[in-house]
Amino acid sequence: MRAKRTVRRLGREVGAILRLGVLVSSAVIVLGLVPYLVRDGARHADYHLFRGEPAVFRTVPELIAYAAAAHPRGIMQLGVLLLIATPVARVALCLVEFGRERDRLYIGVTLVVLLALSWGLFGPG
Amino acid sequence: MTVLGLTALLFSGATAAGLVGALTGLGGGVVLVPLLTLGLGVDIKYAIGTALVAVIATSSGAAAAYVREGFSNVRIGLFFEIATTLGALLGAFLASRTPTSAIAVIFGVVLLTSVAFSWKEHRGATESRSPDPLATRLGLNGSYPSLAGEQAYFPRRVPLAWLLMVVAGAASGLLGIGSGALKVLSMDNVLGLPYKVSTTTSNFMIGVTAAASAGVYLTRGYIDPGLAAPVVLGVLAGSALGARILTRTHSNVLRLVFTAVVLVMAVQMIVHGLRGAA
Repeated sequence: MRAKRTVRRLGREVGAILRLGVLVSSAVIVLGLVPYLVRDGARHADYHLFRGEPAVFRTVPELIAYAAAAHPRGIMQLGVLLLIATPVARVALCLVEFGRERDRLYIGVTLVVLLALSWGLFGPG
Repeated sequence: MTVLGLTALLFSGATAAGLVGALTGLGGGVVLVPLLTLGLGVDIKYAIGTALVAVIATSSGAAAAYVREGFSNVRIGLFFEIATTLGALLGAFLASRTPTSAIAVIFGVVLLTSVAFSWKEHRGATESRSPDPLATRLGLNGSYPSLAGEQAYFPRRVPLAWLLMVVAGAASGLLGIGSGALKVLSMDNVLGLPYKVSTTTSNFMIGVTAAASAGVYLTRGYIDPGLAAPVVLGVLAGSALGARILTRTHSNVLRLVFTAVVLVMAVQMIVHGLRGAA
């Protein structure tokens, strides 16, 4: 029964992390979107051809620096990055929980998932 | 089109996509990629990057609601996320080496199969089974709240489900979709989980799978803030609405309508891709 209780508690905490991540990232996105629309709203939008994004939108440290300089599109992209990080935080929380319980099997499982996730964001691509 | 007009269109389209995703368990990406490429003429690479982010938003938004209600199984989710995240990285790796016209065709075909699978008969949890030794050793057995009280369930055929999850992850990384249909299929029909447990656990896993490939897409420059921002906000509004409807009603009529829409999109994607190749 201990395992079942853990699953329930984990469920609540996971839910809280997801809600928080979603709230914070959408708030950051709105924070960037409003000035972006005010400034560039009347401009012509062109996404027909793939050109690839500039480096400031592609690497985490450069993006944070760009957003910190209050560029609207940088702030929007930071919100997007926070959203991508939300499931990662959720998995990390599970690691804490399984660690508290000394559930070796699921500590291992969670570590492998976290490794795969960081490979995506920081790996060679 | 002006930036303002495009933003408004993206927001409303994404709201519809989020609603569809939450109600059918198909994930928002399935509708978004055709919407962006066919409807708005966006390059498919931008469309896939945007859809991946939307998939994370749908999943996190809806999962936050489901998890609270005790339907999804965190251990099952995590155990199979090993398979889906590795598959996702593989798919994202393949995406840069596949011509866009081929991606469009594959997308259409996967969409058609997803629709077919989403209409398979869903078995209830009523049949009582004895626990499977492997699933028990992995701690995958669980229970969920139903009208008749707490219902226990015992997953089986774990290895086959695991393999299917690798495929689901690869499709997600290649096409920018959540692969919800494949995930539900492997949990519903292979593991034999109750429908509500498999849909909610799937929704919950989709975000993690998409985060693995979204990381790759972001570093490759496939994610544009001007497209992603309104789509994320729209999809969140739509999926919040969808989660509310799902827990209250049997969504068969809605599923029928949405399936028809997705079917038309699938055929158009294939035609689009074939024309692009010619």
